[in-house]
Amino acid sequence: MSAYAAVIGARFRVLLQYRAAAFAGFVTQIFWGWIRLMVFQAFYQSSAAPQPMSLPQVADYIWLGQAMLAMFPWNVDGEIRDMVRTGRVAYEMLRPADVYWVWFCRAVAQRTAPTLLRAVPLLALALVFFGMRTPPGAAEALWFAACLAGALLISSAVSTILNITLLWTVAGDGIARLAPSLILITSGMIVPVPFFPVPIRRVIEALPFRGVNDLPFRVYSGHIPATQAWQVLTQQLAWTMVLVLFGRWLMARGLKRMVVQGG
Amino acid sequence: MSLIHVRDLRKSFRVSERAPGMVGAFAGLVRRRCRIVEALAGVTFDVEAGEIVGYIGPNGAGKSTTIKVLSGILVPDSGECLVGSRVPWRDRLNHVRDLGVVFGQRTQLWWDLPVTESFDLLRAIYGVPRRDFAERRELLVELLCIGRLLNTPVRQLSLGERMRCDIAAALLHGPRILFLDEPTIGLDAPSKLAVRDFIRRLVREQGTTVILTTHDLDDIEALCTRVLLIAAGRVLMDGTLDSLRETVTHERRLTLDLTEAAEIREPGARVVYAEGSRVVLAFDPEETSAPDLVARIAARYAVRDLFIHSVPIDEIVAALYAEHAT
Repeated sequence: MSAYAAVIGARFRVLLQYRAAAFAGFVTQIFWGWIRLMVFQAFYQSSAAPQPMSLPQVADYIWLGQAMLAMFPWNVDGEIRDMVRTGRVAYEMLRPADVYWVWFCRAVAQRTAPTLLRAVPLLALALVFFGMRTPPGAAEALWFAACLAGALLISSAVSTILNITLLWTVAGDGIARLAPSLILITSGMIVPVPFFPVPIRRVIEALPFRGVNDLPFRVYSGHIPATQAWQVLTQQLAWTMVLVLFGRWLMARGLKRMVVQGG
Repeated sequence: MSLIHVRDLRKSFRVSERAPGMVGAFAGLVRRRCRIVEALAGVTFDVEAGEIVGYIGPNGAGKSTTIKVLSGILVPDSGECLVGSRVPWRDRLNHVRDLGVVFGQRTQLWWDLPVTESFDLLRAIYGVPRRDFAERRELLVELLCIGRLLNTPVRQLSLGERMRCDIAAALLHGPRILFLDEPTIGLDAPSKLAVRDFIRRLVREQGTTVILTTHDLDDIEALCTRVLLIAAGRVLMDGTLDSLRETVTHERRLTLDLTEAAEIREPGARVVYAEGSRVVLAFDPEETSAPDLVARIAARYAVRDLFIHSVPIDEIVAALYAEHAT
């Protein structure tokens, strides 16, 4: 077990070095958060129809989304890409460790370290200056923390799958570029999921990705009541299991292919 | 039984081909042509514990394929392969604990981390007890002279420094078997000598079994008591360097430094090189005795200096490769 913890730790330390990227991300995300918030404000002022979420709930949702952008499975692990391209990936198979879990641990670090750098200052600013609220009660706060952990698991499992597709060098690069846009929309990162028309929402609800953003964010603001938050967590854990199994299957195929082809 | 036991190992790859140019590119979208390449066509050998074996052969001969099979990365099509009575690819996790590998052209250290952190990470991954690790690490750091490099990020190391750290990294878990793939590639002379010296000590003092693949035949000459020559997926020769030499030629070389340039004609010897005052003669010591030849030449020409040596190993191997080129 300590081997996997060591992988997370080492990768975490590497990623904490990217302070300039974190600062740039921080500034961009504040800017975009602000714009998204203004769009919703205008929308709420011009429409009298009842909306699926209150404006303050939307504000919380948006700022959480901006703060947690780095936790979202939006990119691949550059080191893994290099490893596959240079053939260094062979070393991964020379270690007495399960390659899938090593990569999963890398993904956990990849999703947490940059998020930590950005989220803390961004949330502080949003709470003080940009109208974000704290959770309505302790129950919401605790459930949010739990669901955030669930979101990290889903996100890491998805990231691992994206990283595994890199084993198919040419095709994988394409998937790793295309998939994030799909995930971006279906996780509620662009527009909160409750605002989608029902048919599209049905599709989104059948996918795992809203477990990364939409569900935990709504738990935070109390849009999903604390009494129902356990369902969110269960759903996240179930999806994680499915994604891990799929990832392991995919990796077995990818490595086998590599093993067969050599290189 | 021997530590590494390989019998009739076979492995072929499918290589897709396409005709060159635009037309070829489009044709490739519709139909791919495949060619079967036989990387290993029945390789057989044994390696005993504590041996240091040079594994040589021209590019594409099947060297890395063999190493990959032995490391459990690659599954052969057929044949037997036992390393310490384990089948590498069936029992991968236990197998690799006994194994250290250095691919000279690729580092196993984490690029952005200081060397020492890569070492700690490897300790955790291999589950080496802390005390063993500390002892071994201290020894390796001392022997490879990498003490002052430990806190430097790997990306800032020179090639020679990185290679020494990489070799240390491959040995931190105390493997019984070490595969070295071009460990001296691109290194300057002092680094090369340091690496060779270290490998020699490792074999002598720890009894580690080493398989060394390289194109640098000086490495082989300096280190290996035994050489396996492979070409086109088959073992062509298995023996000492001297026996390898014998199969190609019995010749020796006599290198002369003359005080002034002269054309040398001497029965029983032929000129293989002449440039200014430097002349190299080749002769067969069984037909022409070396002392006689030297005496005759010294009597007839103004010789400033001379020495007798065997045919350089590079020439021997080049001749062997040419013979078996397919």
